[in-house]
Amino acid sequence: MGATVIERDEVLHVARLARLALSEDEIEPMARELSAVLDHVAKIAELDLGDVAPTAHVVEITGALRPDEPRPCLPREVALAQAPVVADDGFLVPSPQA
Amino acid sequence: MSDFIELSAVAAAEAIAGGSLSANELFETYRARAAADRAAGEDGLNCFTWVAEDAPQAFPSTDAPLAGVPLAVKDLFCTDGVPSQSGSRILEGYLPPYTATAVARLSGAGTSLLAKTNQDEFAMGSSNENSAFGPVRNPWDRTKVPGGSSGGSAAAVAAGLAPWALGTDTGGSIRQPAALCGIVGLKPTYGAVSRYGMIAFASSLDQAGPLTRDVRDAALMLRHMVGRDQCDATSLQFPEAIQLPTAERLDGVRLGVPDEFTGEGIEAGVLEAFQAALTRAEQLGAQISEVRLPHAPHALSAYYVIAPAEASSNLARFDGVRYGLRADDATDLLDMYTRTRHDGFGPEVKRRIMLGTYALSSGYYDAYYGRAQRVRTKIAADFRSAFDQVDLIVTPTAPTVAFGLGEKTADPLSMYLNDVCTVPMSLAGIPAVSIPCGLSQGLPVGLQIAGPAFSENRLLDAAHALEQSIGFDGASARV
Repeated sequence: MGATVIERDEVLHVARLARLALSEDEIEPMARELSAVLDHVAKIAELDLGDVAPTAHVVEITGALRPDEPRPCLPREVALAQAPVVADDGFLVPSPQA
Repeated sequence: MSDFIELSAVAAAEAIAGGSLSANELFETYRARAAADRAAGEDGLNCFTWVAEDAPQAFPSTDAPLAGVPLAVKDLFCTDGVPSQSGSRILEGYLPPYTATAVARLSGAGTSLLAKTNQDEFAMGSSNENSAFGPVRNPWDRTKVPGGSSGGSAAAVAAGLAPWALGTDTGGSIRQPAALCGIVGLKPTYGAVSRYGMIAFASSLDQAGPLTRDVRDAALMLRHMVGRDQCDATSLQFPEAIQLPTAERLDGVRLGVPDEFTGEGIEAGVLEAFQAALTRAEQLGAQISEVRLPHAPHALSAYYVIAPAEASSNLARFDGVRYGLRADDATDLLDMYTRTRHDGFGPEVKRRIMLGTYALSSGYYDAYYGRAQRVRTKIAADFRSAFDQVDLIVTPTAPTVAFGLGEKTADPLSMYLNDVCTVPMSLAGIPAVSIPCGLSQGLPVGLQIAGPAFSENRLLDAAHALEQSIGFDGASARV
């Protein structure tokens, strides 16, 4: 793999996927720093990993389910206590399309 | 300085239980010291994001195992009604409605919450310079970093502003600051301690553990943290009780030294202290041999794909809807999300979210995330083969002693290289402890000892024998 170069357009695309606004002065450094890090991690492309199984988690646990019994949950007023804006006993957000 | 500031947590708990020390006096002394650091702002070490305003109304009974000994807790642990901000502006002032299991267990065993400690934002960093609440300073030299991400916890314990502290380690965030501050830091086996109530960074790697003055304190804290928790499906019952270590010798213990971590990239002064510790281990009866961890040089690359990938997913929850910061005057919902995250996250967190999102995005997933997960398999297999030949593996904890504030902030990659010796154990999910093994340029050097999953008792025994022999004196770092 040659030197990884992340362009401005790609930075903006990934930022949109990540729901992250970037100011104009953040874009160029982000492109440069992502390129440098990705270039470094690209070394793993040199390894022969054909038949190696991926590890998502080191702990093997299956069926770690508790009994499905009703139990008290967080009271509504406690759940709403830290919300930036509350209306009608719920979290108020701006309209999806203003 | 009160004499009992020099007591280990084990000794303080014994003194309280024996009636020669009052829990209230101990708490008030530490509370005053911690509050003074917080009040000093930039002139202090900046270890804390919150300090208790009063002593607790009631202390546990003196026969509780931890007898009221005060505990400092890393900011990212949720503590009911006490600010828990994970070093981030996006959670500034956040008061959780519940307490993390690790904290709840320690308080159930008798600790009293003294303070919350400063940290790199969302535990992303190796210098504690990424905190929204300002950098922490190293008590050995205030122009140096304390390491990170549990920098406030490490500096507070080293400086005698807390008897001990709780931290978290994802790729070295307990061990590396412990090394740079001259104290003991233990990352337990993945799953040994519940992650419930820890504000998540990378869920397959995050693990809570102690930062303490000595090895016995680390064992005592660990004893009261471990165990299965119904609220964390990846937590496991620890197979045996954690003992307070007493070993003075290492007779018959086979220590493996991976040459991948004793050559290029490790500072000469660090290697010198490391070699001296190996000589000491031999004098104590240990057999030292070389082991190979052939994929370990790729661990850092795998880590800096996997951890940001998990972080990009975990940090999706910070969207300005249910808690924390919300950007004003949003034109619509998407605008509110993107501007809230722009305003609330610091530069390193943005970088990791971008890196993780890129590595998981369509067309790149297999090349980055898929490959990194396969490297992880190979790294775990390397350790398994090594532990067929040796009992424990020893390396330097960090490639350098504490570096200057601001020295590495301009180059993220050079900062990431600090984690080179600690991330392999994180990827393999195995326990590792850092103990101080000497000074280089007047700054502490850490020795890392790693063992197979759930070998904490053996690990701590070996660490104790070495600690007793080395006789490291951390008193000059006390404030």
